[in-house]
Amino acid sequence: MKPLRILSLMLIAVLLAVLVACGGTTTTTEEAADNAAETVEEAANEAAETVNEAAETGAGLGMEAAAVATEFFSQEDLDNSIRLISVTPEGPEGEPWNQYLEPNFIDTTQYAKEGPYTFCFSNAGVNNPWRVVGYTTMQAEVDLHPEIEEFIHVDAEGNDEKQIADIQDLVASGNCDILIVSPNTTLALTPAVEEACKSLPVVVFDRGVQTDCPATFVQPIGGYAFGYTGAKFLADNLPDGAKVVALRILPGVDVLETRWAAAKQVFEQENIDVVEVQFGDGNNDKVKTIITDAIQKYGQIDGVWMDAGATAVAAIEAFEDAGQPYPVINGEDQQDFLVKWQENDLTAIAPTFPTFQWRTAIIAALKVLQGEQVPDPWRLPQPAVTQENLDQYVQPGMPPLHYAMCGCETMPDFPERWGGTASQ
Amino acid sequence: MTAISPPAAQPSAVGRARQWLRDRNVPPVYGILVIIFIVAILLDAFFGIDDELFILNQTILTNILVRSVALGIVAVGQTFVMVGASIDLSVAYLISVTAVGASYLMAGDPNRVWWTVLVLFVVGIVVGLINGTLITRLRINSLIATLGVGLILRGLLNATFENFAGSVPASFQTFAYGTIGPLPISVLVLFLVVLAGWFVLRRMRYGSHLYAVGGSEEVARLSGLRTERVLTMAHVICSVTAVLTGLFVVSRLRAGAPWVGTDGLYDLESIAATVIGGTALSGGKGGVWGTLAGVLIFSILDTMFNQIGIDAYMKQILRGAIIILAVGFYTFRSKAEQG
Amino acid sequence: MARITAGTATTDSFGLRAWQAVRAINPVYFIALVLLVWVGFRNPAFYQPDNFLTFLQRAAPLMILTAGQVFVLVSGGFDLSVGSVVTSTVIIGAILANNDPGATWWVILALLAGGLLIGLINGAVTTYLKVPSLIATLGMLLMARGVGLYWSGGAPRGYLPDNFRMWGRGGIEGLFGLRDFPYAVIVLVVFGVGYWLLLHKLNYGRQLLALGDNPRAARLSGVNVNLMRISAFVLCSMTAVIGGILLGGRGGVSIETGTGLEMQTIAAAVLGGTMLLGGRGSIPAAMAGALALELLFTLLNLLGLPKPLRDAVQGLIIIAAVAYTAYSTRRNR
Repeated sequence: MKPLRILSLMLIAVLLAVLVACGGTTTTTEEAADNAAETVEEAANEAAETVNEAAETGAGLGMEAAAVATEFFSQEDLDNSIRLISVTPEGPEGEPWNQYLEPNFIDTTQYAKEGPYTFCFSNAGVNNPWRVVGYTTMQAEVDLHPEIEEFIHVDAEGNDEKQIADIQDLVASGNCDILIVSPNTTLALTPAVEEACKSLPVVVFDRGVQTDCPATFVQPIGGYAFGYTGAKFLADNLPDGAKVVALRILPGVDVLETRWAAAKQVFEQENIDVVEVQFGDGNNDKVKTIITDAIQKYGQIDGVWMDAGATAVAAIEAFEDAGQPYPVINGEDQQDFLVKWQENDLTAIAPTFPTFQWRTAIIAALKVLQGEQVPDPWRLPQPAVTQENLDQYVQPGMPPLHYAMCGCETMPDFPERWGGTASQ
Repeated sequence: MTAISPPAAQPSAVGRARQWLRDRNVPPVYGILVIIFIVAILLDAFFGIDDELFILNQTILTNILVRSVALGIVAVGQTFVMVGASIDLSVAYLISVTAVGASYLMAGDPNRVWWTVLVLFVVGIVVGLINGTLITRLRINSLIATLGVGLILRGLLNATFENFAGSVPASFQTFAYGTIGPLPISVLVLFLVVLAGWFVLRRMRYGSHLYAVGGSEEVARLSGLRTERVLTMAHVICSVTAVLTGLFVVSRLRAGAPWVGTDGLYDLESIAATVIGGTALSGGKGGVWGTLAGVLIFSILDTMFNQIGIDAYMKQILRGAIIILAVGFYTFRSKAEQG
Repeated sequence: MARITAGTATTDSFGLRAWQAVRAINPVYFIALVLLVWVGFRNPAFYQPDNFLTFLQRAAPLMILTAGQVFVLVSGGFDLSVGSVVTSTVIIGAILANNDPGATWWVILALLAGGLLIGLINGAVTTYLKVPSLIATLGMLLMARGVGLYWSGGAPRGYLPDNFRMWGRGGIEGLFGLRDFPYAVIVLVVFGVGYWLLLHKLNYGRQLLALGDNPRAARLSGVNVNLMRISAFVLCSMTAVIGGILLGGRGGVSIETGTGLEMQTIAAAVLGGTMLLGGRGSIPAAMAGALALELLFTLLNLLGLPKPLRDAVQGLIIIAAVAYTAYSTRRNR
């Protein structure tokens, strides 16, 4: 019995040591000692020794959240995205969902088919407000086209495994004229999309897949442009050496990694001091805690950069609650942030990952089935909400997490269908 | 088992069928499975979003089985643990570790498959041993012990792999996408795992020891069983099945992401499937065939929800209600039978 | 129970007695104290009354939720639906109130009624359908969240009015010469004392503990076991609503508010020496456990440890604390 207990303690001690080694601090020793104090003394000593040893060798990960996952980074793409921001889109004026940047038109006559059509849509999930607004907009777009007789939607609830099975089922049912896919994870969905391409035309949007087989891929400029726009605004409006907190949602998601990659580069070039890089899980409460602690720790925070805006208002409120002046901040095109911005006259910008791309997916799919030319990839413009056009995007009566860049204002049943009430 | 005596000298056909099922130890959950299957067909016929019945489509039927593979394999392991009156919440994280580890270690090279698989199984065994040791030797409640181990696994995973590079070689994806005749290899693997689980639990001495430990650890100990070893072994088995599930998932996804296990809800769903399948949380009862039925119920629900186009949030509500009702039906029934 | 009997046979030297007195104190208080000192050591500003109250305001929801969870835990059950109830409270509260300050009071009442209903369902399913509470509340976890999201269509609708949010965010200005005395801290104290009285000073608590310790004996001694169990679930769900009101107030409307809270409350309660499967538990210790967890998060943040490692450290500490408790209870037998 006794040796086993020691063994187990050793196990815990070794694990602790590994942790401390990664953290690069000696501080956990006390903890280990604390917990072990009641038990066998040798074990505790042993533990402390290992911990110290490990601490000496530990180089320390430091600010792990700050690291950019190399797999998701390409300087070439970054530069290209920044260039695309200033390219004038082609296509009908005032309808960004119908526009494209530097199009490369492809022929789709091979897919041409007589209507009416059945559209099938494999959705990664409607598990966040951005996707909810997008999906609502998509349904509204479907309703605009009488030639789409049926619209079959299957929801993978954020589960790759399930989305693969969903796509297989849709293809197997033989009812679909075209398959639209919004992949949950780029790499994971690639085989399923490749398989589907063999039976029917596929349109992919939002996140991509690593294959050229889809008829077209609809995507705004992307994460680099988002991250760059926000960071550049912060850098332009803050003095050298200003203290900035960067808030991210979670690691390992390509569309989010690119946002941070671009921002990080800007901050380095422009001499902005990023004092904290933290993951807030998109949770208001956590974000508020992170900002409150940062203010306490550094006395003053001048700017906040975010890779997604859903928690922007919580971040701003943390400044209010601490009695601090408002930071220079970037949010996203959520109503609550835009309203807060307008009411308090913030120095802010809202880069977007526009929800109108959900409309474009339907439009593109329809063009493919009608044998019209489509750009591949269909690069959508990615406008930002700025001080100049803020008033145009503030829509009283819309829900707090409605995304203003939905391109849905002129669609039937706006605003009720999107959960809003007609403004006074 | 023979609590209900035949009502008359000439038992009805239903009564005889019931008796037949009971004699062969068919878990009552198969009744629920059949009911849900029939309901699914009816709903599809009346409310289906397309004109075709899924029951007539062989690919969709096969896919119901394929949907069960990931959850099914790990649920078999969870059954072992739960028969021993323990529980394992760390499986979801172990699946993530396996998936990320596999794509990182294999790095697309077919030559590295075998030793990677070996390494991952060793990792699984170690995690199982840790779980088992914490629970049996340090007497930590299994819920907390495995939750803690899960948190540690998640932390180490995310801290070690700052980028989730690599992928499994195409040859390894045969596991998920290959077929033998009409039967997918993965489904075959699932059945083999279930069969092996059944054999170990019902035909080997270890199985009866595990039931004894789950039934009453005190009695088992007094009758000379080394209960710690028996239960630790169950945890090792469970972790190994989690690794196998992780390998299946990564072979299906080509590359592992650290959220595949937790987003798949493999921890709570494997427990739910096992309980629906008739394994009691208090241990000592149940078996892998019931668990298989529990897993199939989830897959049929998934397919049915897709076929009749139910909203994602309604799905959650229905899933929750069905879990409660299925288990409620089961426990209620067994209580009634006991008198 | 038979806690301090080990040393009676040996010499009663002063040192030994003092040592035993220390031993009798729940170790969670030491853990919390060490963490408290440590955090202050890393960040001296932490001890400024304003900053400390801000911290308490942040810790209040988890502490209150943990106290609620303790009632279910000591009765021998689990409540996994806590996090979902919190999320749904925030989402549904925002839909119902829709930024109308006049609606706040009836909305809070309606939410509490909802909590009551969920607790009743949890309790009834557990006691009458005999579904294990782990599974029953797991089902409820899916359902409660599903209902909230279904009602709102997946994204939050409407805002929480300021007088709703004040409970989690606001404070009494200038009280005791402070910048702000948070309402959340007042709520925390009220519920802390109330729950302490309920579990440790009133007959109800004694019966609940007896029930968790030995349901058969409790039933034979005339305790209405089913009613007691249901009441524990009701208490926990309604506490979750209170926690939701505080968290929604602090952070605003979000669908992530309650994510993961169920396991955090259980871990905090266990850290405070609550025995799973019933029979033993203490409200102050469990709340100290929750405080310790929050302190731990703050500390790990101050140390600059990356978030993934924070998970791991949290896991280690929970295991170590429970192992210690299990070990010391066995030794004292």
